[in-house]
Amino acid sequence: MRPSFINIGERTNVTGSAKFKKLVIEGNYSAALDVARQQVEAGAAIIDVNMDEGLLDSVVAMRTYLNLLAAEPDIARVPVMIDSSKWEVIETGLKCVQGKAIVNSISMKEGEDKFRAEAIKCLRYGAAVVVMAFDEVGQADTAKRKIEICTRAYNILVNEVGFPAEDIIFDPNIFAVATGIEEHDNYAVDFIEAVKVIKATLPYARISGGVSNVSFSFRGNEPVRRAIHSVFLYHAINAGMDMGIVNAGDLPVYDDIDPELREAVEDVILNRPQRHNVSNTEYLVDLAPKYKGEKGQVEAKTLAWREGTVEERLKHALVNGITEFIDADTEEARLQAARPLHVIEGPLMAGMNVVGDLFGAGKMFLPQVVKSARVMKQSVAYLMPFMEAEKQQHVADGGAYQAAGKILMATVKGDVHDIGKNIVGVVLQCNNYEVIDLGVMVPADRILAEAKEHKVDMIGLSGLITPSLDEMVFVAREMQRTGFDIPLLIGGATTSKTHTAVKIEPGYSNDQVVYVLDASRAVGVVSQLLSETDKPKFVADTKADYVKVRDAYGKGDNKPRSDLNEARERKFLIDFVAEPPVAPTFLGVRTFSPYDLNDLAEHIDWTPFFATWELAGRFPDILEDDIVGEAARGLYKDAQEMLARILTEKWFEARGVVGFWPANATDDDDIEVYEDETRTKVIAKFHTLRQQMKKPRADQSNLALSDFVAPYGTPDWIGGFAVTAGHGELEIAKKFKDAGDDYNAILATALADRLAEAFAESLHKKVRRELWAYAVDEDLDIAGLIAEQYKGIRPAPGYPAQPDHTEKWTLFDLLDARARTGMELTESLAMTPPASVSGLYFAHPKAHYFGVGKIEKDQVEDYARRKGWAVDEAERWLSPILNYIPS
Amino acid sequence: MTRSERIEALYAASKERILILDGSWGVMIQRRDLSEEDFRGERFADHVGQMKGNNDILCLTRPDIITDLHNAYFEAGADISETNTFSATTIAQDDYHLDAQACWDINYEGAKLARAAADAWTAKEPHKPRFAAGSIGPLNKMLSMSSDVNDPGARLVTFDQVYEAYKQQVRALYQGGVDLYLIETITDTLNCKAALKAILDLEDEEQEKLPIWISGTITDRSGRTLSGQTAEAFWNSVKHAKPFAIGFNCALGADLMRPHIAELSRVADTLVAAYPNAGLPNAMGQYDEQPHETAHELHEWAKDGIVNILGGCCGTTPDHIRHVADEVRGITPRPVPDRPKAMRLAGLEPFELI
Repeated sequence: MRPSFINIGERTNVTGSAKFKKLVIEGNYSAALDVARQQVEAGAAIIDVNMDEGLLDSVVAMRTYLNLLAAEPDIARVPVMIDSSKWEVIETGLKCVQGKAIVNSISMKEGEDKFRAEAIKCLRYGAAVVVMAFDEVGQADTAKRKIEICTRAYNILVNEVGFPAEDIIFDPNIFAVATGIEEHDNYAVDFIEAVKVIKATLPYARISGGVSNVSFSFRGNEPVRRAIHSVFLYHAINAGMDMGIVNAGDLPVYDDIDPELREAVEDVILNRPQRHNVSNTEYLVDLAPKYKGEKGQVEAKTLAWREGTVEERLKHALVNGITEFIDADTEEARLQAARPLHVIEGPLMAGMNVVGDLFGAGKMFLPQVVKSARVMKQSVAYLMPFMEAEKQQHVADGGAYQAAGKILMATVKGDVHDIGKNIVGVVLQCNNYEVIDLGVMVPADRILAEAKEHKVDMIGLSGLITPSLDEMVFVAREMQRTGFDIPLLIGGATTSKTHTAVKIEPGYSNDQVVYVLDASRAVGVVSQLLSETDKPKFVADTKADYVKVRDAYGKGDNKPRSDLNEARERKFLIDFVAEPPVAPTFLGVRTFSPYDLNDLAEHIDWTPFFATWELAGRFPDILEDDIVGEAARGLYKDAQEMLARILTEKWFEARGVVGFWPANATDDDDIEVYEDETRTKVIAKFHTLRQQMKKPRADQSNLALSDFVAPYGTPDWIGGFAVTAGHGELEIAKKFKDAGDDYNAILATALADRLAEAFAESLHKKVRRELWAYAVDEDLDIAGLIAEQYKGIRPAPGYPAQPDHTEKWTLFDLLDARARTGMELTESLAMTPPASVSGLYFAHPKAHYFGVGKIEKDQVEDYARRKGWAVDEAERWLSPILNYIPS
Repeated sequence: MTRSERIEALYAASKERILILDGSWGVMIQRRDLSEEDFRGERFADHVGQMKGNNDILCLTRPDIITDLHNAYFEAGADISETNTFSATTIAQDDYHLDAQACWDINYEGAKLARAAADAWTAKEPHKPRFAAGSIGPLNKMLSMSSDVNDPGARLVTFDQVYEAYKQQVRALYQGGVDLYLIETITDTLNCKAALKAILDLEDEEQEKLPIWISGTITDRSGRTLSGQTAEAFWNSVKHAKPFAIGFNCALGADLMRPHIAELSRVADTLVAAYPNAGLPNAMGQYDEQPHETAHELHEWAKDGIVNILGGCCGTTPDHIRHVADEVRGITPRPVPDRPKAMRLAGLEPFELI
């Protein structure tokens, strides 16, 4: 199933769960609350509460349950769906929830006036609504009736009542099929058709439904019912169904259903023409007993390891990342152990130690380790309720499970990237460290407050974009100012030992700051810092090392540098007469939204994907590598499988925008962008930076990006783009993470990143061949593209050719990128969603990539003047490339 | 000006500049060192129990002081001053054994005092119209929190009781002439939702629509309201009232409040308001943060474009407000962001379906 589909748990529903009904009738509310808790823990994003039962005073039961629920923060964190056929019960529920709930449901069953009145009340209480496709005549059965009623209800709600369209959810009625009554045969098709039309014609409205109805005629044959639900949802979700009351965890994956059964179910659901000598219904009824009691597909893999002892099985599961039997094995181990804790301390830790050893020995690799962690997490999650129960029984019992240490991790304020941080977190957890992960965009004050509250042993900061470096300096200084005395770890793509030694360490002297190169180093660093015996030496070594780094930095990179005027005299000269600029096919911006993900998948450059997982090597050779080949193949297979799901289930949405404008370079390294071809009105200016390193040879230039654009007098143009493949990535990653599945969370994020890069690549090709059309005959294969064998460049602000991230503001404004793609810039100029790319297009065949390198104060002052900044502000944004220490 | 003209002027002013709310009333009343007799006046001379400490009653018994305070804050540069009616609901005033009529009178007279002071200043400085906000405070009884540690489902009041108490207060404030409602120091979002429903229902019944300003309270460093919601969940839970402004006040000083205001600034497609305390209280329960310190912090917020309305809560004085007003003068208010349409729900945490 598409994970963006919202599962609404039905177990806190007296009409859906006999167990829950019994608990409520008995007045056993604490057990009834546990049912809600289990659902939330299992990932329910919303919980449906229904007390419609003849034996209950539903009003009292609803109030009692919701008031009790309000006192349970772990349950009350999710919104409630107040479910009743009686308005009185619904209104009682609305008076008990402080959050924004969903009312399930209202309808025009008793006429428009009552419908309107109830809708207004929902609006006054502040709730979203489910509207049943039900009118004065009855429940809608055909697609036509469903559409008609929902459209009428929508118009009343949106146009008369002023109800926000985005708060409307239609339930167009799912009815049972395969009942033997011919009129029922088309019910599933009717629903699916109605969903399509409603989603297309009633903007922002959502679709929900009670899925189990559809298989009602197969009561008693759960495997077949589950297959029916899976097939039905597959089609309904593709048609646009957003949420449903369904026990999703139980459902088989559509592709895993036995083809024979799936075909038969599909014939029934889609009401296809009869293919056998009996009707589709009769055929499925005949087939059904064969699948009763059979558990999905049979595992073809070797199960010989199942014959070992439970300790051996747990170890095998951990090392091989197999979750399939983990609950049963954990239970078996628990029954053998004196206390549930001993299972963790015993077989699980033993297994993880093997994983740690194999990882340390380079025999296992990150993707596999993260999978092992998933198994560990699931096992621990299974044990948790038992440990909680034990804790409650022996309050005084002091033998708590001791973590090796507590580490707080955060991606700093203004930055949204967290793949690396998550990987480090998992690796540390595998090694028995407790990790408190504050997520992304975490401001300094929160990092410090949480560190205090949790009494952590050290803090780890992560960041990917250059402004994050400054934020880390700030956090370090704040730690010093507020009297922290724990180690500070620094990691992430732009961080470096040099920056840590030169900028961060001097600000924090209460304890040691340590730069951690990658995830594989994290455990070593952490364990030494936590060891009383090892720490003094480790700190002394690190300090000495950083002093050296600072000295080297101080003496510098003492390459001689030119002053700015000198550098400008050595600009890169292009003969714009010999090679005149080409005009793009249009001016202004054009949106590509949504962009075809399938096309992007073909453009993926896999090499960086493996690098993300610390598997070094070029794709595809890496798959056959003697050392990491096996890990790479496993990872690649999982990635391909997930990619297939991303494409078919549309997890992500790719949106992009491209723009071209008349432009000319100025004498002071800027590029003026004009409103139109008259080139009279400047609508924006791109500022560029010039290399200042001395170049010995006469034919070498000091480059700036503005050199690639013709000066005023020769018509030239510049392009820009912003693309994202990340709409949906955070939700998906969170879903996996919340379910304890860090492996798939990281995998999904990494794939979103790759798709965004592929988007930039694919769009650039389109620009070269069609949109700017300066290279219409280009014909490169993917390898050629990745090797950048094309003409023209697409440098991104914040990268070597223009290290100033703030140019993104200009770019985003020109492109109207926020409105057109839903992308945003954080205060540190990180793009959200995280899987996003933006940049400028330079078309000239002589344009090429370069790095600006370090720059001198004269250029910083000049740049500040051009940007309208104070010099210290320029120094702040350009701090990574300053060739001097600002005052 | 008619009320609708004033409301129009309020909206217009909010687009031009950062609006300034007044500061603390408690500390200013405390400084007057009033006696039990001052609080009682003639009307409550024989009333049972103690009246000292019931600041709201001064609207009836020492209106001169209340008018002085409005004037002091308007003089200091406040655009908006609040009625002295923070606790003037039948539920909160039950502590002082005051009946519904007395509550009505406090709200009605309190609104008239603020109205008169605002009008006088508007007449004197027509270029800078002043506004009266009807203060609607929290209750000592909460709808989402248990009143009994042994029974998590226990509640001392019902939603309907809270709703009725607020409805009466709103009606009296409206009739007394306030320009907007300020539901403030919200510790329990469900109580706030009852007040909102009261206002929205009264609009359906009889009353002209006035701007609503909703101001919650993040009680400590947990970053949550007392009833457990995050800033974004709080916003999702009250945005159906289409408020004029959303924000936080009280409990925290500016330094600790900032991240939560920044969060609202990100998620709320309406004006964002903040009126923090003058720091955290010292061991003696007094606030030490000096006017220039408060102003310095709030100036940063203004400069960073995360607020539209600023003022002060506990411990702030006209001098604090003067400093704040001076520091943020001329700074462009935060532009109200346009958020993509999406179903946004909330429990204690936000839920978004885009």
